[in-house]
Amino acid sequence: MNRSATSPARRLFELLLTVGPGALWLVVFMLVPALLMLEASFLQRGPYGRLVGPYTVANYLRFFGFTPEGYDPLYLAILWRSAVFAVGVTVITLLLGYPLAFAIATSRRKEALLLLVVLPFWTNFLIRIYAWIVIFQRHGVVNALLGAFGLEPLHLYPSWFAVYVATVYTYLPFLVLPVYTAVERIDWTLLEAAQDLGAGRIRGFLHAVLPQTLPGIVAGVLLVFIPALGTFVISDLLGAGRVVLIGNVIQQQFGVVRDWAFGSAAAYVLMALVLLGLWGYARVAGEEGLDRLV
Amino acid sequence: MGRLLKLHTYLVLAFLYLPIAVIVALSFNQSRFGVRWTGFTWQWYVRLFHHHRIAVYAENTLIVAVVSTLIATVLGTLLALGLYRYRFRLKSALKFLIYVPVVIPDIVMGVALLLFFAWVRVHTGWLRLSLVTIILGHVTFQVAYVALVVRSRLAGLDPALEEAAADLGAGGYATFRYVTLPLILPGVLAGALLAFTLSLDDFVITFFTAGPGSTTLPLYIFSSVKRGVTPEIHALSTILIAVTTVGLLLGRALLRRR
Repeated sequence: MNRSATSPARRLFELLLTVGPGALWLVVFMLVPALLMLEASFLQRGPYGRLVGPYTVANYLRFFGFTPEGYDPLYLAILWRSAVFAVGVTVITLLLGYPLAFAIATSRRKEALLLLVVLPFWTNFLIRIYAWIVIFQRHGVVNALLGAFGLEPLHLYPSWFAVYVATVYTYLPFLVLPVYTAVERIDWTLLEAAQDLGAGRIRGFLHAVLPQTLPGIVAGVLLVFIPALGTFVISDLLGAGRVVLIGNVIQQQFGVVRDWAFGSAAAYVLMALVLLGLWGYARVAGEEGLDRLV
Repeated sequence: MGRLLKLHTYLVLAFLYLPIAVIVALSFNQSRFGVRWTGFTWQWYVRLFHHHRIAVYAENTLIVAVVSTLIATVLGTLLALGLYRYRFRLKSALKFLIYVPVVIPDIVMGVALLLFFAWVRVHTGWLRLSLVTIILGHVTFQVAYVALVVRSRLAGLDPALEEAAADLGAGGYATFRYVTLPLILPGVLAGALLAFTLSLDDFVITFFTAGPGSTTLPLYIFSSVKRGVTPEIHALSTILIAVTTVGLLLGRALLRRR
């Protein structure tokens, strides 16, 4: 490019003008808070919930179960439960979303279908959660229907079941969109070739189609798994105290308990898990793989 | 297989629309409790409009969304332009920093911002939790999304167009104003639309960065739901669903025309 002919000072000025403000913003409001939280996680809870020294690893020890009163893996159990929950949600979402993405991408009315899938996702997140309370509560829609058939009402709210349904509902579009993009790019001649070579339907799909959609699947899985792992609103509203996930622990520490030091440590453990997963993903999928997450 | 796939599609679509249909229907139901249909009424909407604070909450929500979107669109577009055009030290570190708000769980970002605002307040006396802190928080995740959307638009740009403008004597600013900007404008608008919706949709960041007097509609819905389900909330939700649906369809139509 002939822009290389411009003077270094001019170039620096343009660089600062374009990248400068945004980079500064992210440093101040993303990097600095993250570093502050790191420091807080090594401090202790003082009077009135203030953070006081000296530095200690007690918060992390407590999270991993080593308390002054002995070994108690309470928070590890919650973390494990959250991970199992996030995996469960991701698997269900994949089972529902993968065929759906396929159906949309191969449909003649894909524009309209895609819009239909995205539309509920644009309604406010809280309203979508709230709607499931109305459906599952004691005198809600499901129990009214059961009653109409003379059946006993079910206890659906608050419950794990309700939390699962609402979480799958909330994050389904996150999986459908990247898988849809991958299906759109499929080179169907590979399937024809496989069939010419005698592959049946299932083998043809497994060897010629599925691998081509793998990048979309992995991106979609991450986009569901990460928010499911960190959720606290859904478990708070639909679990109503019976469902405690790692997100609820963090929220309580920063809310009613007001132990910001321990809350920071818990948040860092969660963030470390997520970043570890992303790091693994980026190593496999490369930088363009990260772009697929948007 | 084809028929099975079709059935699956219809069932999932029914699953996606069932909750919305329930809320909209119940917002017109006379019965205050339960879900049995007892007749049509507008009364929950009337009550909602008489609720003395609701207009303030709606105004707060819109102020946050508009101001944060404006800031984030400018910062994000410039960021994408700079990343596209220049090589510099720490470029990969900056890219990483852009991905962080997109990928970390929002609760982590929320509590980190809360901690940061408290720290600033202790040391300088500035930044009481208010609409301002909510806006600062929203811009932080919006910038990342805008930058990534605009960058994907820039990636599809033909560099020959900018070079031609420069060869014809256009300076850096003129090239940007008359060549680059018109070409990436659909991307900028798409990024702004995304940022705006993300702001309206956000609950978690708002929850941790809001203070007394800066209640937004999602915060109001949350605190009401904690106290119990009411037809007024059905009505409020229905209005919000209608507004976002119309907004989305309009936005799409506008973007397509370009």
